[in-house]
Amino acid sequence: MIAIVDYGAGNIFSVKNALDFLGIESKLTSDISELEAADRIILPGVGAFPAAMEMLKKSGLAETVKAQAKVKPLLGICLGMQLLFDKSYEFEECQGLGLIKGYVDRITDPGLVIPHMGWNKLVYNHESPLFKGLDESYVYFVHSYKAFCEDENLYAYCEYGSRVSAVVGDGKFVYGTQFHPEKSGEAGLAMLRNFASLA
Amino acid sequence: MLAKRIIPCLDVRDGKVVKGVNFEGIKEVGDPVECAYEYNLQGADEIVFYDITASHEGRGVMLDVVRNTAKKVFVPLTVGGGIATVDDIRETLRAGADKVSVNSQAVKNPQLIKEGADIFGSQCICVGVDAKAVSPNKWTVYINGGRIDMGIDLIDWVKKCEQLGAGEICLNSIDTDGVRGGFDLPMLKAVVDAVSIPVIASGGAGKLGDFAEAFLKTDCSAALAASLFHFKELTVGQVKDDCRSKGINVR
Repeated sequence: MIAIVDYGAGNIFSVKNALDFLGIESKLTSDISELEAADRIILPGVGAFPAAMEMLKKSGLAETVKAQAKVKPLLGICLGMQLLFDKSYEFEECQGLGLIKGYVDRITDPGLVIPHMGWNKLVYNHESPLFKGLDESYVYFVHSYKAFCEDENLYAYCEYGSRVSAVVGDGKFVYGTQFHPEKSGEAGLAMLRNFASLA
Repeated sequence: MLAKRIIPCLDVRDGKVVKGVNFEGIKEVGDPVECAYEYNLQGADEIVFYDITASHEGRGVMLDVVRNTAKKVFVPLTVGGGIATVDDIRETLRAGADKVSVNSQAVKNPQLIKEGADIFGSQCICVGVDAKAVSPNKWTVYINGGRIDMGIDLIDWVKKCEQLGAGEICLNSIDTDGVRGGFDLPMLKAVVDAVSIPVIASGGAGKLGDFAEAFLKTDCSAALAASLFHFKELTVGQVKDDCRSKGINVR
């Protein structure tokens, strides 16, 4: 069973719809014991970094997610991916979950339309079980901030002005996608299926 | 590289897809959930439902359409038409929409854009704008499906939308809508140059080459059409093949 963390942010029903469509059992929950009992965890999120972090901390979910990420697969999506990093500079400097080394900051390349909204092509940087069965893949992004991290944590990126971190991970249980796999057609569904089959 | 988006729009009334010309002479053409699913198979980058229902009951039917579509179509869904309050936005997003398109109500109450963006994020607030030329290179904004001229300058309005937190502009030219002679390129270019958020071209696509022309002659991010796709004169796939053959990056 996949636990989808419900902390009051974003369109979490889309993730649930996609998993239902794939026949993968999942549950929206903010219950700590359910996160502990789940096989894997998805951390969704749309909105602002400081507000999301505040909600995660206040509810005690931040500590639970951090602890569980040491023992089972965790996938952060969009803002959920950004929250995996050490910190963000959205509005003000704000600490993240610190599961992947790096930070999040505004996309500032000159002349770009912001938000980065639409379908962009993945460039694979390191092999990952998430990419099984995928070749040339366009996936759906919508964001104005991006993650800056070490090459070893960057599994795939796309080009928008400069490199945009698209798929990140800690080399163990933690994964994150800046794009929305649940809104990225067949390619996104394939990645969710791959996540659900991770050992 | 970011791909240019091709967006089919479904005008929905009382749970049925309908199509009129120049906002008049409406006829029914099908089931919205099935149409959305078909567009998804054709490679649509996003799907827009435009609710032209006037009644309260109709809104509930529209939300059911969104709910059912979101269970089997995994590309972004936008819902426009009749969205007047923050509660309307919340209800629509909770039904499974990724974005809402606010139009007349935003002109009457611009704070709706700001409140929506503050609460739900700019990424889900698209402002739909209907405009018409008053003289060459000057346009004014209309509301109520293109029936009432608000006398507001188009360029001033789209800049204001961006400042208030809109994440995207969907620009519909009343002059070219339904005429099928191509998008309104001068209007489109003026708006794209005025803002730094994505702009969707709408109104006027009549043949295959019209989409590529909009992308080659302006920096718009996406192009939207309704009747061309409804009446199966073109598929989304054919439009993308044409764009690709002209060097435009599409998914």
